[in-house]
Amino acid sequence: MSFEAHNLDYAYAGGPLAVRNVSLTVPPGSMTAVIGANGSGKSTLIRVLAGLLRPSAGSILLEGVLLDDWQPRLRARQIAYVPQSTATAFPFQVMDLVLSGRTPHTLRFRFESAHDAEKAMEALETVGAAHLAGRGFTSLSGGERQMVILARALAQEPRFLLLDEPSSSLDLKHRADLIRTLTRLRDTKHLSVIMITHDLQLTGSFDQLLALRCGEVAAAGTPDEVLRDHLLREVYGDPNVRSQRMGDQTLVWVDL
Amino acid sequence: MKAAPIASRIVKALAILTLVLIASIAVGLTVGAQRIDPASLFSDSFSRTLFFRLRLPRVLMGLLIGASLGVTGGALQALFRNPLADPYTLGVSGGGAVGASIAIALGWGARVFGIPLVFATSFVGAMLAVSLVRTIARTGGVVLPGALLLSGVAVNLLSAAGVLTIQYLTDPTSALRILRWMIGSLDVVGLEPIRRMLLVLAPAWLALLLFSRQLNLLAIDEDTAATLGVNIRRCEMTVHALCALIVGVTVSAGGAIGFVGLIVPHAVRLMFGEDLRIVLPGSLLLGAAFLILADALARIVLPSTELPVGAVTGLLGGPAFLWLLRRRQQYSAM
Repeated sequence: MSFEAHNLDYAYAGGPLAVRNVSLTVPPGSMTAVIGANGSGKSTLIRVLAGLLRPSAGSILLEGVLLDDWQPRLRARQIAYVPQSTATAFPFQVMDLVLSGRTPHTLRFRFESAHDAEKAMEALETVGAAHLAGRGFTSLSGGERQMVILARALAQEPRFLLLDEPSSSLDLKHRADLIRTLTRLRDTKHLSVIMITHDLQLTGSFDQLLALRCGEVAAAGTPDEVLRDHLLREVYGDPNVRSQRMGDQTLVWVDL
Repeated sequence: MKAAPIASRIVKALAILTLVLIASIAVGLTVGAQRIDPASLFSDSFSRTLFFRLRLPRVLMGLLIGASLGVTGGALQALFRNPLADPYTLGVSGGGAVGASIAIALGWGARVFGIPLVFATSFVGAMLAVSLVRTIARTGGVVLPGALLLSGVAVNLLSAAGVLTIQYLTDPTSALRILRWMIGSLDVVGLEPIRRMLLVLAPAWLALLLFSRQLNLLAIDEDTAATLGVNIRRCEMTVHALCALIVGVTVSAGGAIGFVGLIVPHAVRLMFGEDLRIVLPGSLLLGAAFLILADALARIVLPSTELPVGAVTGLLGGPAFLWLLRRRQQYSAM
């Protein structure tokens, strides 16, 4: 079970390359963080990997088969995607919304079964949002919505989970909870996570980091290899970025 | 608080709405300038003619058009993720009206394979309108809600100008026909027109209902719908075409009747929740019931004459639109 991208290019219509010659291998049961400054192509990359944008050059292989050649339904059982934010105009009930994540596992003209409902509830429990099951999605806070959409992606039971800044609207505790949950899923269910984040602190337990600058890979490797002063200064284009190893964590900050 | 499984929720909702529809049909068949007593149908040939040539066709016409507007309203709202979308506000009816006017100006009766030519031209008009509105409102992967409604307004204005121009250019008889048709009415003589409409509408309704689940995912979010296995482009194109076909046929038959497609899906949502697998068939049933009742009201509200049914739906729907707009502003910026 492998997920590989080779020499990906992507350009929006009429624009310059937003992603340039990016290659990436995601081993099963691993956690990959994509870091980089705003506008460095992180979201574009993850959308290309999710199959939402078609690369203008390069290839993505899932289990050795081109991503485009996968049947959408079968691909949806392998890859789930959590966008930065979800603004639905309709007050869907949280439980129904999470249940809709089961779609790739149910026949097209069948309804979700009791088994699917259990899976959905389990996913909500996993992210600690079971208490929201009966609420309307539009009445939730940004952070709560984020957890619900994550639960929906987990109910999808993917092998690869692509997350676009899932921690951006979470408080300190929930950010930590999120990483704990993802780490646990990696260790117990062999889930692979590819996650965009600006919280470099959170990436200590990740298996690999991919740092983008202007759409290109500026650095790649383990957190220890990437979270270094000179690399981060280049990635973020700021000479005041500092990092320091403390125990098994790396602290990163910017001198003001 | 365990939610009932979706299948039983659907059955319950549709059972209730079917009863509502049956009740409204009963009301529609009884109410009118001439009250028809069921017993007289057996004894009195005048009553019988009145019932089978006028009253019943009119109620069935309300059923077809109301169901069509309801189900397309629900589908368009989901497709564009916009609670204010409906065939009327998006200009789909307007585009269909231009197409229908052209056919009327060229002569009502023309048919190809038994299907009136006017169905085809209003389908094309409706399809052009919905494609135009979508193209303008869509930037990248996002449909801008404000731009969507504004381009709908623009298409409606354009269409109105188009219909006026056609009326002006054509001969007086056709111009008068267009005027009569545009006011919107469910008036129909005999069951033959109903049969012709049903031939096109029933398969189109069914096809649209088959997209309920995909539309449900689209109503939540487009990107995750795609990663859950929905072929967005194909789904969008098919739903556009089906809605344009359904709206085109109804507009060419009954004129542009507004706001049914807007209010009805919201009423279904308020009663039975957001799941499109309930909202779409539910809007089909409730749309039919709503228009039959609105037409019954139009027939009796004034003592001497009857109102156009489009006026009744507009008077009910306009305020509902404004109320939804106000409510929407409270939780999301347009």
